[in-house]
Amino acid sequence: MDDTDIIREFLIESTENLARLDHEIVKLEQTPKDAQLLDGIFRTIHTIKGTGGMLCFSAVEGIAHVAETLLSQLRSGERQFTSELASLILTSVDAIKAELTSIEATGKETGDSHEGLRARLKLAAESSKDPASPPPRIDNEKPRARVQAAEPRPTAQTASLEDSTIRVDVVLLDRLMNLVGELVLARNQILQFNTNSEGSALHASSQHLDLITTELQEGVMKTRMQPIGVVWNKLPRVVRDLAASSGKSIRLVMDGNDTELDKTIIEAIRDPLTHMVRNCCDHGIETPAVRARAGKPEQGTISLRAYHEGGQVNIEISDDGAGIDAQRLKEKAKQKGVLRTDYADHMSDREMLDLIFLPGFSTAEKVTNISGRGVGMDVVKTNIEKIGGTVDLTSRPGEGTLFKIKIPLTLAIIPGLVVMSGGERFVIPQVSLLELIGLEGDSGRKQIESVDGTPVYRRRGKLLPLVYLNRVLRLSDTTEQPDSVSIVVLQAEHRQFGLVVDGISDTQEIVVKPLGKQLKGLSCYAGACIMGDGKVALILDVLGMAQRANVIHEAGAHHRAAKAQESVAAGAQRQPFLLFAGPDESRMAVPLSRVARLEELRASQIENAGAQWVAQYRGQILPLINLETALDERRRQRRHLRTDVTDPSSSGLFLVVVCNHEGHQVGLVVEKILDIVEDLAEPKYPASRTGVQCSAVISGKVTELLDIPAVLRVAKVRFSGPNTPAAAPVEVTH
Amino acid sequence: MAETRQFCTFYLDELLFGVDLRSVQEVIRVQHLMRVPLAPKAVTGLINLRGQIVTAMDLRQRLKLKAQDAAALPANVVVRSGDGPISLSVDRIGDVVEAEENNFEYPPETVPVSLRKVIVGVYKLDRQLMHVLDIDRACQIGDVAEAGMDAQ
Repeated sequence: MDDTDIIREFLIESTENLARLDHEIVKLEQTPKDAQLLDGIFRTIHTIKGTGGMLCFSAVEGIAHVAETLLSQLRSGERQFTSELASLILTSVDAIKAELTSIEATGKETGDSHEGLRARLKLAAESSKDPASPPPRIDNEKPRARVQAAEPRPTAQTASLEDSTIRVDVVLLDRLMNLVGELVLARNQILQFNTNSEGSALHASSQHLDLITTELQEGVMKTRMQPIGVVWNKLPRVVRDLAASSGKSIRLVMDGNDTELDKTIIEAIRDPLTHMVRNCCDHGIETPAVRARAGKPEQGTISLRAYHEGGQVNIEISDDGAGIDAQRLKEKAKQKGVLRTDYADHMSDREMLDLIFLPGFSTAEKVTNISGRGVGMDVVKTNIEKIGGTVDLTSRPGEGTLFKIKIPLTLAIIPGLVVMSGGERFVIPQVSLLELIGLEGDSGRKQIESVDGTPVYRRRGKLLPLVYLNRVLRLSDTTEQPDSVSIVVLQAEHRQFGLVVDGISDTQEIVVKPLGKQLKGLSCYAGACIMGDGKVALILDVLGMAQRANVIHEAGAHHRAAKAQESVAAGAQRQPFLLFAGPDESRMAVPLSRVARLEELRASQIENAGAQWVAQYRGQILPLINLETALDERRRQRRHLRTDVTDPSSSGLFLVVVCNHEGHQVGLVVEKILDIVEDLAEPKYPASRTGVQCSAVISGKVTELLDIPAVLRVAKVRFSGPNTPAAAPVEVTH
Repeated sequence: MAETRQFCTFYLDELLFGVDLRSVQEVIRVQHLMRVPLAPKAVTGLINLRGQIVTAMDLRQRLKLKAQDAAALPANVVVRSGDGPISLSVDRIGDVVEAEENNFEYPPETVPVSLRKVIVGVYKLDRQLMHVLDIDRACQIGDVAEAGMDAQ
């Protein structure tokens, strides 16, 4: 090994060790009594001093030397670990890092003598020691002996590490990955021949090849995996520094440090993650004073979580800070002219929050040099999407914000579904695939409806917008109407849509190859691959497709949903409801504003006028509706047989809710009045039967909202006589 | 002895072009070209070159020459560009030419603008002018607006 190799080794090792130091020093600040932690930090600095000196890097050696003195004082208990000390050691680490960078780039140190830093370090080392510390030992050998005794331990420990791990150049691993990719291609080709020769020796051998290739593929991919802790390690320091400089108190909680990701993904998310944590510190967590006023603990918490789920890595960054005000974002966007007013009025909360990802967007009142310059979040989103991931954001003003990042585990070799459209073959990544729907013949075609000009398919009660692949890609339309329609249900971010294709083939493992820069701008493709027959096929980018075809429809769908909501009892406002028990003890309600009066009628007051019950009421004929018959189909059919007025309530009286309807009054016969409550009554489920508007949650329980006009239609109620003036609504007194 | 350089030459509409031999990976006849829907017109598609997916471009489109009959699959020159190999479809392949450095000239005013954008210069050969292709510029798709308008 010549000089350059030794220096390179030194640089690699030291950079790795220093990266850990950031995290460890912050941890030590929180748990200063942790002797093992302190030992580890000391050893790292000691090693850097030693090797640095041997290689004649005097600046590195010098700084490390004084830092080491301080650390050994800490170890022997002569000095207490204070925040000032922590900051000083962190500054030394930074200085050493700067020198290492210079050595890597130019082979020499910066030439900076680091006078100021060294002086401060010296001062700290010589300053009066903590009075509570043990008196200086008479026998000077002891402290040094303690330090030397520590030496054998590191080698013993690192020796065992050396035995079980080996350092490999990333370039070599990339080559191995490529070779495995080629092997997968070759295996696919052989498997193609395989289908024609069942039972032969070739078949058996190719099956064997298949197994080995799969295992090899998995193994090589594992070699490139690194724990996410590698990126997270420096974040405690970032948070500490930001908190200190802004006068806030913030703690960082990390869960899932050893969640493993491919190295390329780690590199790609390093900056976005840092930026988001910075944002939490800068914009999310409030000052202790503001937090105290809001009844929150003075110390804010930022939580990082990483875990594997469903073939993807999930990374969550959340804070318990001020949250993001969606309305304010919307206003800012309108101000900047980025948003059309009519579009803005129909936006969901989620869409408003997504505005934060627009380029050049920042609602920060004050641009600091940390963040808020408005160049951050859009770059974050682009970088994450570049590696095939998604980023999602939820927030509650006053409570906090949560960023959720999902990244596919493997980049290069993925399972894909082969589809046909316009005579061409395309591949869809299986990870985005939810379901396959085949519609046959005429009846199948009829199931495709059109809402607002968009083709949709009703999938389990929900409308699924459809995208015709041949139209998006402007392929030649198949001349005759195909007999069957194939819909591939896909998920992109939180949107689901159906991709209509001409035909569906099989699922294959494909090697994703990136497209050249001439084609990279086409958002609907994620790459290309070579199929088993040697031909090239394009891989569709599900998110890109969705964006190309669907973005406008999101607002449209919400517009429709909003309209539907409005027609249900004053939408999102609280109003009083009359709760009663309908047939079969079902919990039902009508808006109190529709109720004129509650009455108890004796059976003798009720008469039969033709097929309808009526009562003489305040000089008018009041049609009565027995909800049992109005809402229950089966019983309705037997109604014409009923001649007697039967089924009185247990007290011999009929409970009637007299309602106003278009200038007339009608009485609803109910089993029991339950309560009068005020509630939002947001519709939760669509109506399950005629006569019911929808089901909503009122007072914590699912309640059916009665649809009075529908009930009247079903009961075929006829009103006679002039309109009775609607009685004043019942006044609710509390 | 004058300094010379070797060029792989080809014809586009009777214009002679040359590419530095060191930048040429190979010359092929395309078997299967996969069309890319929505791609800019200058990109004819993707081909499988021994397991590598290579973008194929039509220089005629790029140079705004009149389109040729797609009767026979043209010959392709696979060149090494800044971001990997690109397959350029040409009318026909010429010989390997050794040109003397002192015959090199910057493109004269007589050369039309669309051509000048993609060549480095010209060499005066015995009977004709050889236009030296600037590979990276030739393989660029121009600005986004242009690409959008060109989309098939």
